[in-house]
Amino acid sequence: MTETRSTDLPSDGNSIVLSVDGVSVRVSPGCTVAAAVLMAGTPTRTSVSGEPRAPLCGMGICFECRVSIDGVPYQRSCQTLCLPGMKVTTTGAQLLP
Amino acid sequence: MTQIFDTLVIGAGPAGMAAAIAAAESGQRVGVVDDNPAPGGQVWRHGTPLPNAGRRWKGQFEAAPAVRLAGWRVIDCLRLAPDGGVLRAECNTPSVPAADLHFRHLILATGARERFLPFPGWTLPNVMGVGGLDAMVRGGLPIAGKRVVVAGTGPLLLAVAAHLIKRGAQVVAICEQASLAQMAPLGLALLRQPGKLRQGAAYRWATRKTPFLTHCWPLAALAEPGADDHRDPGTQPRLRTVTLHRNERQWNVACDYLACGFHLVPNTELATLLGCQMQDGFVVTDQQMRTSTPGVWCAGEPTGIGGVDASLLEGRIAGLSAAGKSEAALSLSQRRPAIQAFTQALEHACRLNPRLRDLAAEETTVCRCEDVHMGALRERSSARDARLHTRCGMGPCQGRICGAATEFLFGWLPDPARPPIFPALVSSLMEEAAAGSPAQPEIDSR
Repeated sequence: MTETRSTDLPSDGNSIVLSVDGVSVRVSPGCTVAAAVLMAGTPTRTSVSGEPRAPLCGMGICFECRVSIDGVPYQRSCQTLCLPGMKVTTTGAQLLP
Repeated sequence: MTQIFDTLVIGAGPAGMAAAIAAAESGQRVGVVDDNPAPGGQVWRHGTPLPNAGRRWKGQFEAAPAVRLAGWRVIDCLRLAPDGGVLRAECNTPSVPAADLHFRHLILATGARERFLPFPGWTLPNVMGVGGLDAMVRGGLPIAGKRVVVAGTGPLLLAVAAHLIKRGAQVVAICEQASLAQMAPLGLALLRQPGKLRQGAAYRWATRKTPFLTHCWPLAALAEPGADDHRDPGTQPRLRTVTLHRNERQWNVACDYLACGFHLVPNTELATLLGCQMQDGFVVTDQQMRTSTPGVWCAGEPTGIGGVDASLLEGRIAGLSAAGKSEAALSLSQRRPAIQAFTQALEHACRLNPRLRDLAAEETTVCRCEDVHMGALRERSSARDARLHTRCGMGPCQGRICGAATEFLFGWLPDPARPPIFPALVSSLMEEAAAGSPAQPEIDSR
């Protein structure tokens, strides 16, 4: 965890830090895990034929944003709010060089 | 967990909130299930700013005595009879066991989703829905300084472009597939809806520096940077350029995000599971918003894409009717025709140009869950035939995304939903329905 990225949401001093594939992301309360993953710059998943995918619908319908959260796979990150210390793992990270 | 309600409402958007408030006011024991962390639906989702009406309704909803199951979704119907039934719901938090929700009256307020059409590159990261990108920004994604192309069809384009600009985005172009002539009846309908007209004018004023291009659509989203784009070379495939088409001319625009959605399609999976009569993809109701299935009401977008005012009105009618206040419900329903005229004008304005069928190339992905290409679907005869031979529509979204596309591309009608209507844990499906009389829930009356 060397890198930190932050949202531009108003910060009231209560910012949350979570990890996305080992990258530390600082967000404000109310931030969705999907937004945090986009900020970390990694795709959320690898498709069945190996393409990188990222959120599409933003409302829990398309399942493109699914990630593992604290070891539990298959979570819709767009409908999950960030909590301090969350460990998010994508299947999109393997596509990064 | 087992809970029992007089009236159970599915969805906490405008229609669901209005229904729950009306039923609770009438002394009903009310439960509300919604899969999002907070009420308000998509139009009033959490994240600033909310219009006054949204704040007022959410405040009233939160003050109403009702059991709110936020972060839950219905996966199956265990029992349905004219005097009530049982739905099974699963929590987004996997450690929480599934719940059986008993009801006497059921109100479906399941809202709508965006219609997506496949074109080359639409699966690239940073190509999202119009509401999709808006949801990400409201969910904390920084957008200031980012170049965004907003494309597709419908009033959402202008509303979202205005919001993104307010948050500091550089909206490069708004591309509406409809022609100006096609949108004219909607303009006339707006003249009879001063509130909506004012809102539309405010959105256009906020986006005045951005070209609003009618009869214009994206041909392709590309991962290669354009010749004029020297920003962040990047390391992973993601959107860098959009090819736009208008009046036989095509050109490339460099951008960071493409927000593209072709109006809305209703969420009717639960209604079809319960056997509600459908017409042209929408749930049929009577004046009191009763469906053809006894004990089941439906309100909001699943009855016709009419927007927030129609949803609030229909929700209230359904809530009153479910509580046995038929007279009050019928009296309110006299306001529906004016709103339905707007719904029809909107549908006409958003009718898709047949040329959008030619956007997908042979190797363009149509089903994103199973990576089924356009070329594999051309020789299939129906949605079912495509499922059996290509797995199109068999992934976790259960055809919610590709179904609307293949309906437009090939005229394939979706089959009625089968349980579970959302992917569910095996443990949620295995749990036997609780026997005996279930415990009365604590009513949260903050």
